[in-house]
Amino acid sequence: MIIYGVALLAFCMLAGVFVGDLIGSFIGVQANVGGIGIAMLLLIYLSNLGNKKLQFGPLTESGIHFWSAMYIPIVVAMAAKQNVIGALSGGWMALLAGVGAVVVSFLLIPVLAHFTPAAERGNSNAD
Amino acid sequence: MLTETLTAVLSKNALITAFLFIGFLMWLSYFLSEKLTRGQIHGSAVAITIGLVLAYLGGQYTGGSKGLADIAIFSGVGIMGGAMFRDFAIVATAFGVKTDELKKAGWIGAASVIIGVALSFFIGALVAVSFGYTDPVAISTIGAGAATYIVGPVTGTALGASSDVIALSVAAGLTKSVLVMVGTPFVANRIGLNNPYSAMIYGGLMGTTSGVAAGLAATDPKLVPYGAMTATFYTGAGCLLAPSLLFLIVRALA
Repeated sequence: MIIYGVALLAFCMLAGVFVGDLIGSFIGVQANVGGIGIAMLLLIYLSNLGNKKLQFGPLTESGIHFWSAMYIPIVVAMAAKQNVIGALSGGWMALLAGVGAVVVSFLLIPVLAHFTPAAERGNSNAD
Repeated sequence: MLTETLTAVLSKNALITAFLFIGFLMWLSYFLSEKLTRGQIHGSAVAITIGLVLAYLGGQYTGGSKGLADIAIFSGVGIMGGAMFRDFAIVATAFGVKTDELKKAGWIGAASVIIGVALSFFIGALVAVSFGYTDPVAISTIGAGAATYIVGPVTGTALGASSDVIALSVAAGLTKSVLVMVGTPFVANRIGLNNPYSAMIYGGLMGTTSGVAAGLAATDPKLVPYGAMTATFYTGAGCLLAPSLLFLIVRALA
């Protein structure tokens, strides 16, 4: 049933956010630490169990695929609710701080990518 | 009477209205992408850009902070694009990811989170110093804002920064997330953002969940789970490091 997939997804997310909140309060920060990442790892773990313990029916899978496919529209809705005025209202300093952080971080990606095994860099351009 | 009834129906069924509206926006965006740019600029990149423009217009029209979602009939856009549905969809993208790929780039992905937080923090701090700030609390708060717009206020509150400095840190973080959304597809090829490994590094360095989510969606949706995975640890790491270690470094230097 489709709801099994949706429910499984919900379980992974709630479990991940719960653990992320626990980690946050354990190390004393007022934030969720990696909750969604933990939820993703949990889902990956469960979906890679294969035929051993957990059998995903095609309908169960489609309950997860639906939300995966809704990802881009949801992100578009997210863009439409951003506080763009707030971003622009901070003046030059806030703008420069944000732009500077993005530009330098972009530049560092190829540098750090060198530390992954060369064979694993996939179809990246010859650099 | 007709308009009133229609407005009432659209507002009462806000989330459903959002499905229709975003669906239309997606169609329009893919149409424009095909006709105006011959697919050069990805449809989702067009959609995200239109979304941001609408957010700007909505903010200007209502004076609120939730962009288009502050207009009653579009309030469902705020639900659909809120953190709950966003995170649910992000988790769903992880379905089918192979664990091997994560393991191979695991340590560099983890390292990129720490490097990313420190890098954005010190760039924000440098900008603050160059604008004449000398108080280590203000410098650290603005630096933390350059990490994400959540790390900024959390750090500012922890260190006791003034509310206008906290507002600046939020603005810096918002600028970062908007720029990552719009800029990523344009630089993706040049910075080698075309495989799971660089996507994990990208997520770790950028850290803004919304920026990374939209940036990768507009570049290559297949990379989303990898970038989102590392980005999700960034705000937590930032809230941990900025008010403690990074603040102590700033205070020692200032």
